Amino acid sequence: MNALACIGDAPGPGPAMRKRLAGFAQTLRGASFAIGHAELQDAARILATPLAERPERLRAALKALFSSRHSDLARFDELFDAFWRGRGAKRANRITAQGLASRSPRKFEAGPGPEHRQGGLPETADAPSLDDGSAGGRGRKGGASAHESISTKDIRALGAEKDRAEALVLAERLARRMRARLTRRERARRTGRRLDLRSTIRHSVAHGGEPIELKFRRRKPKPLRLVVLLDASGSMEPYTAFFTRFVHAVSLSFRESEAFLFHTRLAHVSSALRERDPSRALDRLALMAQGVGGGTKIGECLATFNRWHARRVIHSRTCVMILSDGYDTGAPELLEAAMRDLRRRCKRIVWLNPLLGADAYEPSARGMRAALPFVDLFAPAHDIDSLAALEPYLARI
Amino acid sequence: MPPVGAPMASPIPREAIAAKLAEAGYVADRDLSTALWMMDHLHRPLLIEGEAGVGKTEVAKALATVHGCELIRMQCYEGLDASSALYEWNYQRQLLAIKARENSGASVGEIEAQIFSETYLLERPLLAAIRREVSPVLLIDEVDRADEEFEAFLLELLSDFQVTIPEFGTIRARAIPRVVLTSNGTRELSDALRRRCLYHYLDFPDVDREAAIILWRQPGIDTSLALQVARMVGMLRKEDLRKVPGIAETLDWAATLAGLGVEDMRQEPEMVHDTLIAILKTHEDRARVSPETTQRLLGKVA
Repeated sequence: MNALACIGDAPGPGPAMRKRLAGFAQTLRGASFAIGHAELQDAARILATPLAERPERLRAALKALFSSRHSDLARFDELFDAFWRGRGAKRANRITAQGLASRSPRKFEAGPGPEHRQGGLPETADAPSLDDGSAGGRGRKGGASAHESISTKDIRALGAEKDRAEALVLAERLARRMRARLTRRERARRTGRRLDLRSTIRHSVAHGGEPIELKFRRRKPKPLRLVVLLDASGSMEPYTAFFTRFVHAVSLSFRESEAFLFHTRLAHVSSALRERDPSRALDRLALMAQGVGGGTKIGECLATFNRWHARRVIHSRTCVMILSDGYDTGAPELLEAAMRDLRRRCKRIVWLNPLLGADAYEPSARGMRAALPFVDLFAPAHDIDSLAALEPYLARI
Repeated sequence: MPPVGAPMASPIPREAIAAKLAEAGYVADRDLSTALWMMDHLHRPLLIEGEAGVGKTEVAKALATVHGCELIRMQCYEGLDASSALYEWNYQRQLLAIKARENSGASVGEIEAQIFSETYLLERPLLAAIRREVSPVLLIDEVDRADEEFEAFLLELLSDFQVTIPEFGTIRARAIPRVVLTSNGTRELSDALRRRCLYHYLDFPDVDREAAIILWRQPGIDTSLALQVARMVGMLRKEDLRKVPGIAETLDWAATLAGLGVEDMRQEPEMVHDTLIAILKTHEDRARVSPETTQRLLGKVA
């Protein structure tokens, strides 16, 4: 909607000022601020008050009105100064770009430009095979027999473009099936423990006041929340494309899920994955995940997760799923401490290791050995079947 | 938009708010007083986020004192539903009424109209807040603890200041309440809710403001001790603690030290370390802050 039209005939500022305000709102929307019709009208009302006489006061007022989360506050000042005072316009542009990439840019500088593609998620963003994915996930790809042949193949071996596309569709289907299982389980309960007096009485009126039909209420079961921590380091590269797709599908089909990506640092990528279109989601992801250096710091990343995110994303029915090969370049003690901390917070920890599928593999990497005592389920994830085998386990949580 | 004919008490001038808050025992910064003034001017609720213990709830209490009105508090928790937050029918009386009219020959429709009238309605905090003649302060505390469904039915109340009861109709606010929502950020709130509210992030106060708070709340305390306590707590907050001490803990500690007759914290390092139990509330934090750490921090307290 045209921002200028939104302001309409609100009392107060003259037409020139309104136009400026509408322009400012557009800038903020570009930086992913949530600004609606009512906010603009209120902003116009503020311009008519004494607050508008001094820039600092106006800034404080508009800040309280337009911001809706802590991360907005920091960006607001620069955007405000750039727009109303023409200061630091270049920086503000960068902030806008950040806002597009992520609603809550944490420590990650996500600047624009093609060079970021090279890190973190190589090829996934550009892979042409992804383009038809969203339609395919809705069941356009048919034939169970075709899936059979791929589902037991090691993901690394899915070299051909066609194979890989189908594997990705399967990942989506799997994520959806996991959810379906969980909802069916909730519906099966029919009677409740507590009598619902309100509707019992309501229905008793029809029987002359005799509560013949008893109505019950039951606790609404909490949906399972899945928190996925995906290792995007160099050693995981052959699997990253597939797992990213899997995580994307999980994000879309679970009612509650959070996704994080880590290599040497941790990135919260849920907002990017909520994008319906897979190629756009992966584009945004690639932007957020850049900055891959050498090695993987699993312990450090988990500690970051525990400190800054765990409190918000983990509740009583949360399963944390770590997708990693366990090759950690940090100190194993750090990983052990972080895992112990995580163990205390959440109900289940699942560690999926793609290397476990190889016959000769033993979890001998130092990091992996340190983490194992705290893991509830340590399972292979080298092919689709191994992922599908998880489904009953998750339903039981 | 606020409903017509539902006035709010006259707003206090912006400059006066900070002073009035201070009178009520709350030392506010400038951004907060601007936000509180805007609340009255725009009739919007205020969402306050911040760590546990930064005094979010106190804002609402002070606001009620400033305006000399009632504070209606609703503590959110998981599983909070409409019947305990909004309204409930008085079932006992309803049953009685049905029985009493059993043989009177009244039709089902008549009985229904009667038992679903205002007489049989029990008001809960949210409904109470919009049925007062004088606008109260409504504090919706720790809204992040309630579930998403609860947020959804808050929306009608917060944007239109009305409540719809299916059996009864829509109840509009007689006087628009001043609504303060607080959140600890344990769960992400929906964009719809955030958009309807003004937003303020409350941080831990800086040393001077914290010292001012101590002096205000513990009138007998020595000014230099208050300043020392504030500095010490400020430094402790920068240590990597599991549970960061809040303002209430600072006040407890200041009261303890004053009660023990400490005048200069640097003179009594052992006493300072022993009384740290007032602000360090987990075993790990207690272990982390060793007597040596206390010594080191005390060295920096000028």
